[in-house]
Amino acid sequence: MTENSSVENQANMIELERYELFENPAYSFQFDRREFIKIFSGGIALIVPLTNLLAQEGPRQGESGRGGMNRSIPNEVGAWIHIDEDGGVTVYTGKVEMGQNIRTSLSQAVADELHVPVSTIRLVMGDTARTPFDMGTFGSRSTPTMAPQLRKAAATARELLIDLAAQQWNVDRGAVKIVESRFVNHDATKSLSLADLAKGLKLVKVIPENVAIATPKEWTIAGTGVPKVAGNDFVTGKHQYTSDIKLPGMLFGKVVRPSAFNATLVSVDTKAAEAMQGVKVVHDGTFVGVAAADQMTASRAADVVRVEWKAEAQPSNVELFALLKKQSGDNRAEDGARPLGSIPAGLAIADKKLELTYAVAYIAHAPLEPRAAVAEWKDDQLTVWTGTQRPFGVRGELAEAFRIPEEKVRVIVPDTGSAYGGKHTGECAIEAARLARATNKPVKLVWTREEEFTWAYFRPAGVIDVKTGVKNDGTITAWEFHNYNSGPAAIQHKYDIPNQNIQFHPSKSPLRQGSYRGLAATANHFARETHIDELARIVNIDALPFRLKNLKDDRMRAVLNAATSRFGWSSRKTGVADTGYGLSCGFDKGGYVATCAEVNIDRSTGNVRIVRVVEAFECGAIVNPTHLENQIEGAVVMAIGGALFESVDFANGKILNPRFSRYRVPRFSDVPKIEIVLVDRKDLPSAGAGETPIVGLAPAVGNAIFDATGTRLRSLPLVSKGFRT
Amino acid sequence: MSKITLNVNGKKLPVDADAETSLLMVLRNDLGLTGTKYGCGQAQCGACTVLVDGEPVRSCVTPVSRVASKQITTIEGLEKDGQLHPLQEAFLKADAMQCGYCTSGMIMAGVALLNHNPRPTREEIVTNMEGNICRCGTYLRIIKAFEVASSNAREAVK
Repeated sequence: MTENSSVENQANMIELERYELFENPAYSFQFDRREFIKIFSGGIALIVPLTNLLAQEGPRQGESGRGGMNRSIPNEVGAWIHIDEDGGVTVYTGKVEMGQNIRTSLSQAVADELHVPVSTIRLVMGDTARTPFDMGTFGSRSTPTMAPQLRKAAATARELLIDLAAQQWNVDRGAVKIVESRFVNHDATKSLSLADLAKGLKLVKVIPENVAIATPKEWTIAGTGVPKVAGNDFVTGKHQYTSDIKLPGMLFGKVVRPSAFNATLVSVDTKAAEAMQGVKVVHDGTFVGVAAADQMTASRAADVVRVEWKAEAQPSNVELFALLKKQSGDNRAEDGARPLGSIPAGLAIADKKLELTYAVAYIAHAPLEPRAAVAEWKDDQLTVWTGTQRPFGVRGELAEAFRIPEEKVRVIVPDTGSAYGGKHTGECAIEAARLARATNKPVKLVWTREEEFTWAYFRPAGVIDVKTGVKNDGTITAWEFHNYNSGPAAIQHKYDIPNQNIQFHPSKSPLRQGSYRGLAATANHFARETHIDELARIVNIDALPFRLKNLKDDRMRAVLNAATSRFGWSSRKTGVADTGYGLSCGFDKGGYVATCAEVNIDRSTGNVRIVRVVEAFECGAIVNPTHLENQIEGAVVMAIGGALFESVDFANGKILNPRFSRYRVPRFSDVPKIEIVLVDRKDLPSAGAGETPIVGLAPAVGNAIFDATGTRLRSLPLVSKGFRT
Repeated sequence: MSKITLNVNGKKLPVDADAETSLLMVLRNDLGLTGTKYGCGQAQCGACTVLVDGEPVRSCVTPVSRVASKQITTIEGLEKDGQLHPLQEAFLKADAMQCGYCTSGMIMAGVALLNHNPRPTREEIVTNMEGNICRCGTYLRIIKAFEVASSNAREAVK
């Protein structure tokens, strides 16, 4: 029991009173107490102040001074749990579900603390009018940040309910137990349900930061393979994605796209399109789009809008890597430059030196559900349903685009057909809203596959220069690492090297680039772990002992040992023609990964087949082993694309392969035997797992190709046109 | 526009559509059967797969006029008397999805395969399902779902 949940502290629970409704919030555009009061009708509410979530993200940048007194509702709510008068438990969080299964894992956390089944919990997610402000669902933050706070709220609720039951029976709270979702007295002669306890109440409690929650060893619902929440809706087609929403009187939109990136509009002739029945054409600045009662007509109308665009000559894949280096700037200190020792000194004591360059291509997220939005204006109030990872960010984009206050915009995110970092921005939402405003009717806009491949953004391409020295005994003495453009994620590593200079150099990207699952961690691990393999080779030490010699980190060593022992690394059959084995390890966002790969190369066709992958992953205490394994398998499969063949081809402001027939993504036949080794650390807090398992595959496969052929490939994708010597 | 009667999930449904309109658009926009998904519009991803006279068809490239007299089955038509199809059950059991957007097309392509071949080998599954993309990469779980469905079918026969 915590002090804040005791009966004596009931003063902490404030009864909502009228004056609360008239108090001005400090920020009018975030989910604040007024918003909360509008939603909260009765029962019990447990509020997680936004400051709790921010505090967990590390030191705050200055005191905001708007946290309010701890005995009132904070101005900014981070999340809240509502136990309504019927005993229903609803969790309100601005996080969104897009296949990573946090709807399930967050429900598990709450169910665990409340001692109720997962089926009792309902999550309201990503709705700017109903859920508190959230930065967005990215960076593997939901599990380490949101889950513990929801646990604290649920634990506070449980203790409060115990107090209420004890009060009703006039017994000591120690006599109240929870048995099968009911609160029962010492001899089980009396019991109360959540509904019995919440009935007639209107209690609001702000949870303090220091609430005791169950440790992973005490978990009963978390830590188990709870099935996907609402799984039935997905196998029956009942789940409504954004693209499935239909509103009365809704029109279908279509955007007329420029001929190339950065093209300027010279002239527009909309006569032919406007002559079509029921077609509305919108030309506003550089935006040209149409809306019609049916999708076919909208598409045909867009085709007959005559637009002349003018575009300058633009770079292509061919000069990409030289360009990224040429246009790069200085390293930014905040991106992790921490020179250690002296590179010249480290190189001076080395027996062997290497200086090599690695590269990664732009790749596309290609979520199977393309960007989609349904927009509706009612008077001056805009509502947009859209699949985005940043509902509040997209609300801001809409408010800015239409020059209206954020209170006038509501963004709702239905559980989305995947994103992988690709759905941070709100272009589609803005386009749908623009068409809806012009027609005064709801408009649905679903990007075509070609639009998705062209007008979204890409995982950054990059060039990485690595210069190192190593002693014959395997000690790495110098490590200089420069990443141009691809990003600083996981640029730091766990190897113990006395002399280091690691820098990220931002550059001017010829294509629009942005987030992607794992960000630059894939590029940095590819360069690093390939290079480590190269170092091991020049001093004739096996890849595993070479790594272990330079690694003290216990968690990294543990995953390396777990993966290699499952794989049979030390007893692998070497010398089999055209078969090779590769190893890699890595760390990012609280997760440790080690990957072993076996590849086989068909010399006549150049086909590289990944035969078997073993990946060990450790992310602290495991919340849901089934879904964790699913995420890791999925990350390994997705990584096959970027490792072997995915690459965005472009020239002159055009994407040359904007379709699945020309942009190859992994399919059934590409999938090897995959074995996942989960390392469960119940003594450590849980980290997110949606991203880091993707980083190990590319270097492990590249190293295996070298093992099989003696040819070192240093650019991703490794074999877009098959293996050629 | 022309009046066409479609036979979908055992029901005769009149629609008023341009003959060239894709079956996918008609199912989703006119009949409200949104379980069938748009993924590419070019028959390259399988998200829009439905059964036409029992055969898997990419509804995104199938003009509606071509299927007027045929039996069309969509994901919404698989459940019988409140009972999920064994492959739907198996998808749940094998946790064979993440975002779920490919699931309808996967299941429909899978049902077509199982109808012809109740116990497909792994190679047969891979060959038959190659046209269906799961961007989340749950392929191994989908293969596992086939195994679960096949063994359930075996149990049912016993």
